[in-house]
Order: sequence, then structure tokens, then C-alpha cells
Amino acid sequence: MRRVGIIATFIAAGLGLASPAHSQSTVYMPAVLEESGPGAVSGTNFRDGLKLAVEEINAKGGILGKKIDMPVFDSQSEAGVSRGLIQKVLDNKPYVVFGPVYSGSVLVDMQLTQAAEIPEIVGGEAATITMKGDPYVFRTSFGQQFSMPKIANYIRDGLKAKTVALIWVNSDFGKPGRDNFLKEMANDNIKVIADISTELGQTDFSADVIKVKAANADVIFAYVNEEESARFLKEARKQGITKTPIVGETTLLSQKVIELSGGASEGTMGHVALTVDAPVPAVQAFAERFKKRFNYICDHNGIKGYTAVYFVKYVAEKMGKFDSKGFIDVAHGLTITPKDEPNILMEVTWDKNGDIDRESFLGEVVDGKQKIVKILPKLGK
Amino acid sequence: MKRLAVIAVAVGAAFAIVVPLFLKPYGIYLSSTWAVLTIAAMGLNLTLGYAGQVSLAQGAFVGIGAYTTALLMHAGVPYPIAFIAAGLVCFSIGWVLGYPALRVQHHYLAFVTLAFTTLVFLVLRNEEWLTGGTYGLSGIPRPVLFGWSTNGPVRFYYFSLGVLTVLATGTWWMLRSPWGRAFIALRENPIRALSLGLDTRRYTLMAFAIGSSIGGLSGAVFAPLVQYIEPLSFALNLSLNLLLMVIVGGSGYFFGPFIGALVAVLLPEWLRFIEGYYLVFYAVMVMVMMAFCPTGILGLVERIVKAVSVKRSPPQPALQPEGTSP
Amino acid sequence: MASFIQLLVSGLATGAIYALIAVGFTLLWQTSQTINFAQGEFVMVPAFFILEAMYLGAPFWLAILIGIALSVLLIGLAFKLIIVDPMLKHGVLPLVISTIALSLFMKEMVKNLYSSNAQPFPALAPPIDLHFFGAVISTQSLVVLAVAISAVVALHLLLHKTRLGRSMQATAQNPTLARILGIPVRRMVLYTFLINAVLCAIASILISPIYLAKFINGETLGVAAFLAAIIGGFNQVRGAIFGGFILGILDNLSAAYLSSTYRGAFPLLILIAVIMWRPQGLLGRVEERTV
Repeated sequence: MRRVGIIATFIAAGLGLASPAHSQSTVYMPAVLEESGPGAVSGTNFRDGLKLAVEEINAKGGILGKKIDMPVFDSQSEAGVSRGLIQKVLDNKPYVVFGPVYSGSVLVDMQLTQAAEIPEIVGGEAATITMKGDPYVFRTSFGQQFSMPKIANYIRDGLKAKTVALIWVNSDFGKPGRDNFLKEMANDNIKVIADISTELGQTDFSADVIKVKAANADVIFAYVNEEESARFLKEARKQGITKTPIVGETTLLSQKVIELSGGASEGTMGHVALTVDAPVPAVQAFAERFKKRFNYICDHNGIKGYTAVYFVKYVAEKMGKFDSKGFIDVAHGLTITPKDEPNILMEVTWDKNGDIDRESFLGEVVDGKQKIVKILPKLGK
Repeated sequence: MKRLAVIAVAVGAAFAIVVPLFLKPYGIYLSSTWAVLTIAAMGLNLTLGYAGQVSLAQGAFVGIGAYTTALLMHAGVPYPIAFIAAGLVCFSIGWVLGYPALRVQHHYLAFVTLAFTTLVFLVLRNEEWLTGGTYGLSGIPRPVLFGWSTNGPVRFYYFSLGVLTVLATGTWWMLRSPWGRAFIALRENPIRALSLGLDTRRYTLMAFAIGSSIGGLSGAVFAPLVQYIEPLSFALNLSLNLLLMVIVGGSGYFFGPFIGALVAVLLPEWLRFIEGYYLVFYAVMVMVMMAFCPTGILGLVERIVKAVSVKRSPPQPALQPEGTSP
Repeated sequence: MASFIQLLVSGLATGAIYALIAVGFTLLWQTSQTINFAQGEFVMVPAFFILEAMYLGAPFWLAILIGIALSVLLIGLAFKLIIVDPMLKHGVLPLVISTIALSLFMKEMVKNLYSSNAQPFPALAPPIDLHFFGAVISTQSLVVLAVAISAVVALHLLLHKTRLGRSMQATAQNPTLARILGIPVRRMVLYTFLINAVLCAIASILISPIYLAKFINGETLGVAAFLAAIIGGFNQVRGAIFGGFILGILDNLSAAYLSSTYRGAFPLLILIAVIMWRPQGLLGRVEERTV
């Protein structure tokens, strides 16, 4: 009998009966992210971006005089777990919620935050996220439905390609991207003569490079994660792909790929949204701060997290109060410029679906560095 | 010992029924997760603990059950039928898989089932026309049973608890039947069972098929719980987790899966303060347990209870010695 | 045709790694009934030992020696004494569970102590590519092949031409008789663990320049080890070697000529086929146990 009593207490404590004491001097903005499992890299980058922003803001006194309380919960890259955790944080009445990054988890969690009328700033890039008519979901990065047209335009007009060989990673990141890309190519009447799927974490690309070579397309479009991009490029160069332009989106041209590929990424081109390599002083400064604080170079997920917190801060300060429901009225259609808030890094506008419009870049890797070839304006300008 | 067990079970059951009153929606959601995992672990316990077969396919069966249920519900089939269908599909697949697979020795079965799980994952992920592929299946509704909606944390919890109770009772009854006693004979001494005329292959196959179908039924409850399913949730990881649950709880003990699932659900909660290290802690705990108490938590409990009862009433010699030792 | 040769050549290079890992796995299984589910992580971790040594200032060649020494100590000696010996008396299943837990432990420790991001690892050879019947092979791949083959040959010589090796074989075949003959059985078993640690460390050094050092590297490698060992033949070292090469080539060929979304399926289907119809593996002998 006594044994069960003890167990009961433990369970009660563990299951959240003992709720965190919300002091009047903090604002509760929890994060549910992938800290373990296959999504660990994206989740931990996003988390560290959040953390950096929170530390900076709290050092200066917080938002509207209240310090930010941002506990991070590990969804283990599982939609079921993330759903439970979102429920958990909603039970404690947050102001806003951050995360997750995995689009599958986002789609499940969105339903709960919408029902609870709490804004959710997510890291998922799948197009479907902002197409559900949910007014409470927001992003701080391009959905694939916006980034793909940009790169498709470049392939059509800049490279004047008629055929493309597509290589993509079969994951919740690569698949929607590939589907969006195919749609754009169909719109532009460009033939995709090779459609090669690869696995997350794949190490050997010799078979894939052979297929790419055999396709003999005008352009190669590579949509895989950073490490796989490096391995793919190395193998491609090794097997003699030197003349065909290799084009990518976000991941291909990142600093990480440049480092890991040991020179093989020289000459690759692509669309780059917000990355640590953007030729904007504010971004460069952020990248430095991040590296100093966490000892590694963040990927695009880190920037998503960082700007998300400053987005929330701006809205709260504009309203003068913490109003979760009112948040969405202010946020939709909102434009934040670096003059208003320097750490938003670049001017950005949110549309009524929660998607962003922002300048982006066309880049090329020259001499081991990302060089910006063209600045692509906001779509809405 | 038996009386203590009955009391413990009664207390546990009462606790399970009453627990939603003390918990917030998140805690109730966790409790439903526990119920779902217990069902799957119970199925695996049948295959592993009772029939002695090392199966790494249970996660795949949970997935097959979940997808079957979700697809049928999307097609308008009422939930009870979808539920039964999930069980039948998994039973059949389990039988077909088991028929050739159980001819091989135990360790080989582990690899065959490992391969099977990965193959199922690949099919779920690649056959987008059927399963939604990487996008998964979303919008799975909470079932309405005979006019009673399970939508809402507490209602769904009682639903999942109900399913668990029904399946547990069924399994209990099956194990107590002559049939079930044959399973246990198999585990204890396969050669002797053979010599007594038991068709070991038949029984092992049945155990595997039933265990798999129970896994499928777990998936049938999992799908409406999370209301979204994707292939990644049912890959090898789930099978390994279920295996650990059964072992940690106590393989071959009827209530082992209940305890194992409880540990698996609660541990991340308790150890949240050590953030990324909780899996490290879990792994160390499992290794320590295997070294000192491979029969799991219930095995440990049994040992303690026996030790206590021996202390209380030490065994008496059968005959009083008369000055000389035997 | 050139692409076929290319696939063959790349497949052989990958296969050499698989062979190394599978051999160690088979040795452990043969001599001590240890099915090591953590074999993949055993190959993932030494790279981090080396990276850490280099971070602390050691030059590459010294870091390699330190890495191998630490591997022998931790994933050889400590593994046997702390995990295998206490478990073995409880039977095979608890040991299997422990190795599953161990693989989780090693993965998470590396992720937390080091980073979840991939780390570059220095190559053993300058990045020159050789052309060869229309196929391209990098010097790194040649080094991989050369080292792997040398390791396997050395092992073979050890096992068949030295007294120590023959004692180890005797231990594997019939421990009781070996003990009666005065062979220190426990020590022989220990040696297989140490050999496995060395083989895994070598494999780690060979793959990390290409794969990059990352905490999840063990996942696919571990499965590859089982596949290679079983397909090739669980009870002979040369079976494991053969299985490794077959697996490497098969992987590449199936990815190139058959569906790319199902690339992982073919080795698995072959595994199932082998287990069902020829459980001793393609090169194994039925029921005989040899090291």
C-alpha cells in the first residue's frame, strides 16, 4: 500500500500536477523542439538560435519589463510526443509557443495551438503548413512554395536550361521540396529527366552520381541536407562532373557545405534565403555572436529561431501588452525593418497566412566563399 | 505472494481509473500513450516472454495497424470495423511472416524481423498513393462509439483504458487456458514439450501471430490518439523501445508490459531536468538491470518478496536431525 | 560499361569496410556468443577519440595511436569485463539487450559531449583521383582497400599460422576441451574482444574522412555488419569478408540499376532469403564452428 502511495506521488509530480510557478516577473514562451532523433540537428540549431536571442533580450531587461522564461522540451522527432508536449505547455498558458521544426509534428501541433488560440512560431518549411487557414501559425523562413519559384526562375532565365537532373533527400524536408520543384519545372516547361531520391544520412553517392551523369542534363538541382551535399559534391567532382552547373536551395551553398566538401563546392550556385553568409552586416554580426556562444556555425534553423524571438518581442512591444489573441491581428501584414528592430536582421513582412516575404539572394561559391551574385527583391514590393 | 499480487493489481486498476481527476490534459494524454504502449508491449510479451521468440517486428505491426485503421476511417468505415480489420490484417501478416521465419534459430529471427521492420518502413514511406508517404496521414478523427464521442482527453483515455482492459483480460484468459499453458511449456523446455507431443511450431506461430495482431490493435488506438501518423514513428526505433519495455518490466510476467511502458513514458518526464542526458540514463539503467536483474522489475519484485517471506518463515528441515547429518 | 566498373570499384571500397566490421562481429559471436548490437557504434566512437586527441594538441599520427589504444581499452577490455562477463551467465538475450542499451548510450554520449553536427576528419591520403578503365578511384579508396585487406590477411595469418591463433580457434570450437588441454580460455576470449576493438578502430579511421564523424554513423554500419556476417556466413571469418564485399557491391548496384527509393530493401531481402534457405550463409559451413 505504501509502495503505491510513493509511486503515486512520483507520477503526479512527473505528470505536471506540480506546475511551474509563473512569477509575475516572467513571460512564459516555451519551445517544443527535436533535440534527439533524426531531427536533432535542425532542432538543436533552432533551439540555440532561440536561446541566444532570449539571453540577449533578458540581459537588457526582457520584454515589457518581464524576463523571458523559455523552457525547451524534446519532442524526440516524434509527432506523437510533440503533440503531448504542446498540450503540456498549453496547459500552463503560454504567451506564444516556438517550434517544432519537423513539418509532420507542426501539422499535428498546429491544431492544438489554434484551438487554444496561442500563436505558434514554427520551423517547418512544408508548404501545407500555411495553407490550412490557421491564423495562429507563423514562420520566420520561406515556405518551400516561395523559395522554389525563385530558384526555378533562375534556372529558366539565368541558366536558360531545358533539362534538369534532380537529386533530393527522401525526408520530410526533401520530399515536399522536390514536389514543389517539380511543379515549378512543369510550369516553366523544363524537363526533369532524372529524379533521384537519396536517404537521410546517406554516405555513398557513387550510384547516384552515375545516374546524374547518365542523364546528361543542362543543370543539376541538389536538394539534400548539408552533410549529404558535401558528400555528393565530392563524389560528383571525383567522377568528373565539372562543367554542368550544380544548383541548390538554402542548404547547398552554406558555409558548412563549403567546409566539409573540401573545395568540391566551388562553382555551385543557388538561392539563399537568410543565411549566416548573407552580405548584410547585421547577419554577419549575429553569426559571430552565435559562434562565440555555442562554438559552431549555425545553419538556417538557427536564424529561424533567433529572428522568431525578436519578432515576438516587437509585436508585444507594439501592442504594449501580452495578448496572445491580439497578437495575430498585429502580426498579419506586419513589416519589421532593421531600423525598428536591428536583430530582425533584414526587413521582413508577414502575410495573412503567417508566411514571410523578405529579400533573398542568388549566390555562387567562389574561392571557398559564398559570393552574392544577385539580390532578389521581396515578392510584394 | 499471490494475495499480495491481487492487492497490487486491484490498487493499480483503481489508480488507473481515478488518475484523470488529478491530472491536467497533458498528463491524461501521457496516460493514454501509456495505455497504447502497454497494449503493444503486451503483444510482444506474448511472443517474447511466453513463446520465447525474439521479435523486432512489433513496431512494424503497430504501424500496419495504425495505417489500416486510418485508411479505413478515411474511407468512411466505422471505427469498430476498422479496429477489427487492423487486428486481422496483422494476424494474417504475422502468420505469413512467421511461417517460414520461425524455422530459424532465435538470434536469426531477430535479424529477420529487423529486416521486415525496415522493409515495412520503406513501403510506408515510398508508396505515397496509398499511405501518404513522408507526408503521413493527418486528420484522423477521434472515433464515435455508439453515439459516445471519444474526443476530449479524459474520454479518449477511458476509451484506450477500456481497450487495454479488454485485451488484457482476453490475453489472461488465453494464457490460463490449456492452449496458453502449452505456450508456457514451450518457453520452459521446448524439447520436453516436443516429447509430450506438442506441435511446437504451431504454438509458436500462433503466439507470434496473436502477438502481432495485438500490436496492430495498439496501432488502431494510436492513430486516433495522435490523429496523425507518419512512417518514421514505426521504424526500428519503436520495435527496439518496445523490446526494452518488455524486458525492463519483466519478460514473461503478465504485468511486465504495464510496468515497462510506465517506465518508458515517465522517465523522460522525470529526467527532463538533465535534458539531453536522459537517454544516457535510461541506457545505463537498462544495462545495470540486465547485469543484476535480467528478469526485469517484476522479477526483482518477486525476488524481494520471496526473500522477505523466507526471512519471515525460514524453511524447516523435513526431518528433525537426530545428532547425525545425512 | 564504365559506370558498371565505377560501381564495382566504389562497391569494393565500401565492401572492404563492411568486411572489417563484419569480421570483428563474427569473432565475438563465435568465441563468446556475443551478438554485439553496438558494433556500429564501436566503429563510430574511435573517430571521436582521435578528434579529441587532436583538439588537445596531438599530431594526427599520435592521435591515431591514442585512438586505437583507447579503443582497445574501452571497447575491448572494458566492454568485456564490465558488460559481457556479468551478463553471459544470464544468457544470450540479456546480453543482446545490454548491447542495444550500450549502443544507445554511446550514441547519446557522443551527441551530448561533442555535438550533433558532423565533424570533418583528416584523410589518410592526398585527394588525388586515379583513372582506371573509365572509372575513377580516389587514393583514399585505395588506401581503404589496402588497409582493410592487410588487416584481414594479418588476422588470417594470426589465426592459422600462430600458436596463439590456433588456441583461439580451439577455444571457439570446443571451450571445454580447450581448457582441458591447458589453453587459457578466458584469455583467448579476451583477445578476440581486443582484436575486434582494433578492427573497429581501423574501420573508423578509414571511413571518417568520407562519412564525416557523426554520432549516427553507427546506425547503418551496425546493420551492415549483421547483414554482411550473416549473408557471407556466420561461422567463418572468410564468410564475413565475402559478405562484406558482396554487400558493398550489391548496395551500389541496386541503387544504380533498381529503384532508388527502395535502395535499402535489396540487401534486406537477400538477408531474409539467406536466413530462410541457407542459414549458414553463402560461404559458411553447416553447424561447424570455426574462428
